[in-house]
Amino acid sequence: MKIVTICGAGIGASGILKVNAERALQRLGLAATVVAADLASVSTVAADAQVILTSAEFVEAIGVTRADVVVIENYFDAVELTTKLEAAIG
Amino acid sequence: MNLPALADRAIVLGARATDWRDAVRLAGDALVDSGCTTAEYTEAMIRMVDDHGPYIVIAPGLALAHARPGPEVRCDGLSVVTLAEPVEFGHAHNDPVRVVIGLAGVAADGHLEAVAQLANAFNDAAAIPALAAATTRDAVRTILAGGGIA
Repeated sequence: MKIVTICGAGIGASGILKVNAERALQRLGLAATVVAADLASVSTVAADAQVILTSAEFVEAIGVTRADVVVIENYFDAVELTTKLEAAIG
Repeated sequence: MNLPALADRAIVLGARATDWRDAVRLAGDALVDSGCTTAEYTEAMIRMVDDHGPYIVIAPGLALAHARPGPEVRCDGLSVVTLAEPVEFGHAHNDPVRVVIGLAGVAADGHLEAVAQLANAFNDAAAIPALAAATTRDAVRTILAGGGIA
């Protein structure tokens, strides 16, 4: 399974989201590769992804994708991340 | 890239910002003052929000201002600005912002260790209010090191 985190630059916010998504997956006992990327590369990086984690601001720009686009509001809220990831994957 | 040590010049406590641009600029100025970036990087951080919206407000009260690595970044750097009065960024859930973190990295792939350490500190829900209320630079350093409320 592949999960992509998307932000504007592909380094700061998406990096935080990647780290915390990996921790959430660990809590859920799920295995997945999590990749942080910038919006410009979403169509290539997320072509084979099941889930895209991002902020509300990027949903429209991400556009049509086969992946589930999941909006995270508080990047540090372990409960939010775990619940939303579980719903998207499970 | 490990979380860079926070120089005194990289920490600005109780600053006054008129709006979000001003708040991001303060975090950029602190990176410039600590010798890590040029003023162009500050403008690039502001442009990220102009282009993409207030997504850098990644948690209630906290903005993570950053742009891409490039020639305007001289070294890996981190800055912390706390605001005397909270500022609206226009975020649907996480406004108003009380703490702005400035982040600069010379290489994209080197960022991850530093952001992992930031995540460690901020996964403690008390960290943002504690930072906003910090009155000394050492208190800021302790909170970011994951040491809880100093």
